[in-house]
Amino acid sequence: MTGRASARCLLPGAAAALLLLSSLPAAAEYADVVINRQSDRNGVRPVVFPHWFHRIRFRCKVCHAELGFRMKAGGNSINMTEIIEGRYCGACHNNDIAWSPERCDLCHSGKPGLPSGVYGGHETSGPGRW
Amino acid sequence: MRGLIAFVVCLSAYSVVLAGEWLPLARDGVHDPRGPGIKQLQQPRDALSRLIPDTAGNQVRWVQALEKGEIQPREKLNPATRIRKLDQDIILDVNGGMPAVRFPHRQHTEWLDCSNCHEGLFRSRTGETRISMFLILQGEQCGVCHGAVAFPLTECVRCHSISRQPGQAPEVPGGVNPLMHQPAGKAP
Repeated sequence: MTGRASARCLLPGAAAALLLLSSLPAAAEYADVVINRQSDRNGVRPVVFPHWFHRIRFRCKVCHAELGFRMKAGGNSINMTEIIEGRYCGACHNNDIAWSPERCDLCHSGKPGLPSGVYGGHETSGPGRW
Repeated sequence: MRGLIAFVVCLSAYSVVLAGEWLPLARDGVHDPRGPGIKQLQQPRDALSRLIPDTAGNQVRWVQALEKGEIQPREKLNPATRIRKLDQDIILDVNGGMPAVRFPHRQHTEWLDCSNCHEGLFRSRTGETRISMFLILQGEQCGVCHGAVAFPLTECVRCHSISRQPGQAPEVPGGVNPLMHQPAGKAP
């Protein structure tokens, strides 16, 4: 087989692979949680909560014992009023420990229309079930 | 045929890249790359590549990173909150087909409070809660965290760590159905 002929065979394969790969869903970081109970219908981007970012700074018990977050995606009904009053996310996001609730875009940073749940390759269907 | 080989090579190269990389937020599929916050948020690679590496989950050995002081996560917000820790191992699944499970309270209570597991997910009294891989794979019991935020359920021997023959390295028996660890798989 000549070089040109083999290139004719190789190219479509590589092209097909690249085409397929570009259509594959990108992978969120393990344990990213998308929260979109109310965001979409209120015209803001859904919230992306990255567990990895928070657990560098806080142990699980701070949010899941002290602040009362249930360990189940969808198990917490939280609204901005509660956060601004200092509960849930607002216990830290108060412009003292972390950025204030006025910095909407830093938390509401998700793709519009994304369903709520645990993302990032979780292995079970349990905690990610909304 | 060569086209097929090129296809497979590209595909496997891509999966290797995926396994060893933390994707930029703008390409992770959940963040909106057009959002104004995307440039200000910390990138996973910037934080996680400095920590003890792992092959699963966030690719970080979180327990070791904490023990070695690579991270110093706060334990409480309210000064009055009592920090409760326990250094006690529980051996589970003593009669099963897999190596027995060593559950170390010490590592778990570094991160979690007693109330996160007791008495809801597990009764405090040893033997009172029937623990099953079927429930765990459904996201109950250990599966509330393992498979979602803690190391995933593909890492069998990290929990099933006690070989039945003393002195032998733990090994996964040949009869274990690996499909039970696929997202859509059924427990045998």
